[in-house]
Amino acid sequence: MKFNQLASAAAIAAAGALVATAASAQSRDTIQIAGSSTVLPFASVVAEEFGNTYPEFNTPVVGSGGSSGGLRQFCQGVGENTIDIANASRRIRSGEIEACGEAGVENIVEVRIGYDGIVFASDVSTGHFELTPAQIFQAIAAKVPQDGELVDNPYTNWSEIDSSLPDQDITLVIPGTNHGTREVFEEKVIAPGCESFEVVEALDDDAKEAACLSFRQDGRVIEVAGDYTETLGRLDAQPNAIGVFGLSFYDQNRDRLQVATVDGVEPSLETIASGEYPVSRPLFFYIKGEHVGVIPGIQDYALYFLSDGVSGAGSMLENIGLIPLSDDERQAQIDKIENKTTVELN
Amino acid sequence: MAITSPDSAISGGFGTSNRDLIARRLAARHRSERMFRAVGLGAILLGISLVGILFGSILSKGIPAFTQATFHLDVAFDPEVLRIPERPQKAADQSVAEFNQELLSWQRRLRTANWNRLIQEAIAAKIPAAADNARDAIGLVASNERVKLWEMVEDNPAIMGTTQPVSLIASANVDVWLKGNIDRTLEQRYQQLSALQQQWSDALYEEGVISMDFSTVLFTNVDSRSSPATAGLLGAIVGSVMMMAIVMVVAVPIGVMAAIYLEEFAPKNRLTDFIEVNINNLAAVPSIVFGLLGAAVFINFLGLPLSAPLVGGLVLSLMTLPTVIIASRASLRAVPPSIRQAALGVGASPTQAMFHHTLPLAVPGMLTGAIIGVAQALGETAPLLLIGMNAFVASVPSTPLDQSSALPVQIYLWQGNELRNFFEARTSAAIIVLLAVMISLNALAIVLRHRFERRW
Repeated sequence: MKFNQLASAAAIAAAGALVATAASAQSRDTIQIAGSSTVLPFASVVAEEFGNTYPEFNTPVVGSGGSSGGLRQFCQGVGENTIDIANASRRIRSGEIEACGEAGVENIVEVRIGYDGIVFASDVSTGHFELTPAQIFQAIAAKVPQDGELVDNPYTNWSEIDSSLPDQDITLVIPGTNHGTREVFEEKVIAPGCESFEVVEALDDDAKEAACLSFRQDGRVIEVAGDYTETLGRLDAQPNAIGVFGLSFYDQNRDRLQVATVDGVEPSLETIASGEYPVSRPLFFYIKGEHVGVIPGIQDYALYFLSDGVSGAGSMLENIGLIPLSDDERQAQIDKIENKTTVELN
Repeated sequence: MAITSPDSAISGGFGTSNRDLIARRLAARHRSERMFRAVGLGAILLGISLVGILFGSILSKGIPAFTQATFHLDVAFDPEVLRIPERPQKAADQSVAEFNQELLSWQRRLRTANWNRLIQEAIAAKIPAAADNARDAIGLVASNERVKLWEMVEDNPAIMGTTQPVSLIASANVDVWLKGNIDRTLEQRYQQLSALQQQWSDALYEEGVISMDFSTVLFTNVDSRSSPATAGLLGAIVGSVMMMAIVMVVAVPIGVMAAIYLEEFAPKNRLTDFIEVNINNLAAVPSIVFGLLGAAVFINFLGLPLSAPLVGGLVLSLMTLPTVIIASRASLRAVPPSIRQAALGVGASPTQAMFHHTLPLAVPGMLTGAIIGVAQALGETAPLLLIGMNAFVASVPSTPLDQSSALPVQIYLWQGNELRNFFEARTSAAIIVLLAVMISLNALAIVLRHRFERRW
């Protein structure tokens, strides 16, 4: 009867799916990548071009999830249902290496792919900002130094911090703690800004850290857990706000955003590559050495990524905003890939 | 005190005030009636206008994205530029492995040839200045369009040395420029296209070399990051279709069987009451919880692959089950008991009564429930994010175990793409596609119901 047939068809399909599953457990042949949303655009372009160039390999699959999310997946273990490569916009932490080791991932190969600048940008219709780390710290901190002591942050307008800044309400949209960008923001902007004040410098280490990294809670600092599009959306809704973006995102939305200088330097490929612009960070991916040779194409993908035409000077990744490594640096990364050198933190 | 007649008391003093009272009450009742109707009508008007605004903004943004700036060029497949050797032919004394190796290296030569140069020359034939400005010229055409050129040669090596008319998608920034999605009066430093490119695009558009054609790539291509203009929905559509097929195969039979048993055969006791309450609760569980469950059970415990439509389909099946069960039970309950009793009365067994008489009458309702459940699953995004389906996948899945995207997730990904000027429209176009699929599924449900429904 009709319904019995339907039921048996369903049972057969379900059984078929299970058999197929068992078979597939042995044979993933597509590289699986996850991690930093900053590295994602670069990695996806490389994955696509890799698939276009090598007829024998599938196009790798690139997921996001943030640097921490990617490395957590990476350290889940060795096997077909774990990822092969984790993208990160910060270095791996010792705790993550330990977690990896406990799950059997011993051979972690660290590959640096280039640099990325972090820029402060505001809506084009608002005032132009020329910021210093100290001013950003004064805008963002819960307590700021005034007359030799730390007081609750009284500033509500940029011009109160410094008369050279526009007369504009303070609102900062910063990346949430799940982003690698946040760590760089704290390390390269907030910490130097904070330590430029003598009051803070006089404190002991713990108190200094607390003073530097406690952000105000009165709604003027907005943490965004999503990607830069969400930050841009916040700026659309609150044109007064200043957002933290990656250089490449800003570059593709120049008609909507204007960029602030930091210490008088305007961020660009050149000023970041030369180190003049202070807020930049290296980008990485981590290869699971155990998967090399098991999942086809991992090493080829990594070498293709580091090749001159892909991530060197004048390459396609530079066109979309990656700041390339110097040739010597790039060669060092290629050696690491070929020798599968395990990462060591110092 | 004189006794007045009761009549006069009623018709006199009391009577008039009574009538007043009634009139007042009646007026108040009519007023509240009118108020209630006005509020109800207002609620509907508000709802309709909100839906209207939503659809209006999606349609007005999305419809322009269905056409796309496209070059119509005559491309000369110049052997001097490409320097591709002859396609290898299998020699008699050659082993298959050797031949495959040779073919592979030929394919790689083909793919790494200087296709951009061909595109530049084809543009230079229209605008001579393009011959000296390679970067500007090549930047006009979407970078993945060179794939089209080498596929032409791979399919038919005989076209080497000839000139072929080819349609090539313009780069996203050219499309944005020609559609006016970027403010054309902005200073050059805020623009994405160089001054030369702007001038050339306008000139070529005037001449008809670039025209706004229907964007077939939207349906025939997979997602792309390196050349956003050629990003399409094919991978996502196939992924979604696979997941819906799995939901149909898994959730519908299980749900219908569960509903039949619970409704017709299960004893009414505390246990079945408890199960019923739980099914109703499950229908209200947020979908993201099913995603977490799926990640824990299917991926971490059973070891199924990440980003696979199989896992997505199973997770969505779990989510759809309660809907199917509830709809199926309701439609079984709507079949009059007299049908069952008559069947039992002429000697049918309960199972026969069920399958021969009750079920056929309940099928239209069950189908409606199943289709609405599937349509709901089609639009579900949150659980898919947790099983890795938000990855960038640039290939069409060939089995449910391959990595894949899905329509709603593709919308989410495009919404987050950094090239905002281009992808705002593209995202709305993807939403229109998803809505069209969903509306047609719902329409199918309505048609089926009208066709097969029997009223009592």
